[in-house]
Amino acid sequence: MSEDVHPFETFLRKEMIPHIWCEGCGNGIILNCYVRALKDLNVNIDKVVTVSGIGCIGRVSGYINTDSYHTTHGRAVAFATGVKVAKPELKVVIISGDGDLFAIGGNHFIHAARRNVDIQVICANNFNYGMTGGQYGPTTPLDAWTTTTPYGNIEHPFNLVHLAAASGAVYVARWTTLHLRRLTQSIKKALQKEGFSFIEVITPCPEIYGRYNKMKTGIDMMNWFRKASEIRDYSDPAKAEITPERIVIGEFVDIEKPSFDKLLRDMASKVQEKMVGEE
Amino acid sequence: MAGKDRVVLTGKHFMQGDIACAEGAIAAGCRFFAGYPITPATEIAERMARRLPEVGGVYIQMEDELGSMAAVIGASYACVKSMTATSGPGFSLMVENIGLAFMTETPCVVVNVMRGGPSTGQPTKPSQQDVMQAKWGSHGDYEIIALAPSSVQEVFDLTIEAFNFSETYRTPVVVLADEIIGHMRERVIIPEADEIRVVNRKKPKVPPGEYAPFRPDEDLVPPMACFGEGYHFYASGLTHDESGHPQTDSAEAQRKLVQRLCDKIRKNADKIVKTEGTMLEDAEVAVVAYGVTSRSGLSAVRKAREAGIKAGLLRLVTLWPFPAEEVSQVAKKVDAIVVLEMNYGQIVREVERAAKETPVIFLPKLGEEPHKPAEVLWAIRGALQ
Repeated sequence: MSEDVHPFETFLRKEMIPHIWCEGCGNGIILNCYVRALKDLNVNIDKVVTVSGIGCIGRVSGYINTDSYHTTHGRAVAFATGVKVAKPELKVVIISGDGDLFAIGGNHFIHAARRNVDIQVICANNFNYGMTGGQYGPTTPLDAWTTTTPYGNIEHPFNLVHLAAASGAVYVARWTTLHLRRLTQSIKKALQKEGFSFIEVITPCPEIYGRYNKMKTGIDMMNWFRKASEIRDYSDPAKAEITPERIVIGEFVDIEKPSFDKLLRDMASKVQEKMVGEE
Repeated sequence: MAGKDRVVLTGKHFMQGDIACAEGAIAAGCRFFAGYPITPATEIAERMARRLPEVGGVYIQMEDELGSMAAVIGASYACVKSMTATSGPGFSLMVENIGLAFMTETPCVVVNVMRGGPSTGQPTKPSQQDVMQAKWGSHGDYEIIALAPSSVQEVFDLTIEAFNFSETYRTPVVVLADEIIGHMRERVIIPEADEIRVVNRKKPKVPPGEYAPFRPDEDLVPPMACFGEGYHFYASGLTHDESGHPQTDSAEAQRKLVQRLCDKIRKNADKIVKTEGTMLEDAEVAVVAYGVTSRSGLSAVRKAREAGIKAGLLRLVTLWPFPAEEVSQVAKKVDAIVVLEMNYGQIVREVERAAKETPVIFLPKLGEEPHKPAEVLWAIRGALQ
């Protein structure tokens, strides 16, 4: 009977469920919003490739029923670049974590953004390396506690939306997993945009990060998002802070710029026209 | 000179090794190159940057060799034959994703124009120091196919062969050239396009619902669907079953997968391994060499024959899988083997294992030049005493 069928059934690999994520984790929400965006846009999922790196959210490529690939740690963006420029008709979406994308994979991220490769990056930012048990990473806030900052974090974190904007992304947004509708809208916008888009999703990690930072449940973390979030659309991403008191969210960049894929195709056409002319 | 479509540059050329490599790749159907400039392999990238747009392909210069190798795998999964070219320092970065290419059974070609190492070493000088790295560079058990050209013509031919092996066995293939072979110029004859044997990967014969991306045929090689063809498959660097689903706890899954991935190369070694014997029939001493050093070896063997010494040359065209049987057969017939390498002892260990009781004399060479024929002749004489 139709009521037995989950509306997302065709979008998920049933045989891979249940997922590995902890109770209170926000990764399922991100997957949900991604599927909802694909469904709302009526995208031909035969032509969608979902790529992830290593980490908790990295397993998302196994759950989504598009063509999908789970790369080595940090290389999702570089792999996706190869897919997209080799076969431009594909829609290539990367869903990966803050450590994967911005520590070990940081170089690939900034260069793909600079080239303006037509790929969409959704980053689950949980402020730490959850899969390995909660070590600090490039987004861990100053003074936060993790298993490798037993005396408090003394490293300044990246501001991911500022980094993405400065690197050349044509669409940049930040939401939390509390902002379901806005996040879904953003993913839809990114999917329709030509060029490199970046969406940061602040996601709860109560089992690991929260436990060390006085937010032991998913509700505790979501309450922090609720109290601290401030929507500041098109404000300066350099000032989009994440502190215990204030999480600045919203759309920060939405500009037009020719994508790398388009410039590649234009160049190839010119080269081939010239060759025909010479014959 | 060139065919009208300029895909295969049929004709006689005086060509540099690196350029011949690029032309071989294009003739084999390569339409994607991702790389990072590095001496002495840069000319391959430069040639591809010019040529690929002419033939409907894509050149992309990545931010590093980690990204280059990842992009090469991505392009291959998008069904475009892909390659990269580098030298030792870049190859060190690529081994991470060569492991991924092996694990996810990705056809692709990696060219290593070897220079002096370790580390930055001697960028403009030749070596054969990455032979063991090609075999063992990535972590975990794996098998690689590695081919060693010894002339510019062979760079062209073996690059095509490398693509054909990669497509046949769904696996990364390494071309191990060196600075001399990469930079020297020689005559190359490029045949007509229809005379070049080009192999393409097996495609699935089942509908999407029945397709398992890692379910092998009898030859141990699974047919390969590509992104965008409607198969909705999943590939992961994690240990996986035939459906591609991660199996991180199952010992059986680990055994089954790793054994098959290695066995598809090992059990097909007789179809892959290629050696070339010269004057071995009555030889009392055999020189074993590959790549540029085999040219010194050949010259020395000829000089030995002129001096009445029964010497012969076994040139290893395939380095991995190692031609153990071929070396063993030669070892049974000769009194001694002389191994030439531009390193401090790598393939010689494999030769010793295959040669068993036959004495093996090793002639290492580190630095600018390959062995002088006179040095090799001296060693041949020494071997007979």
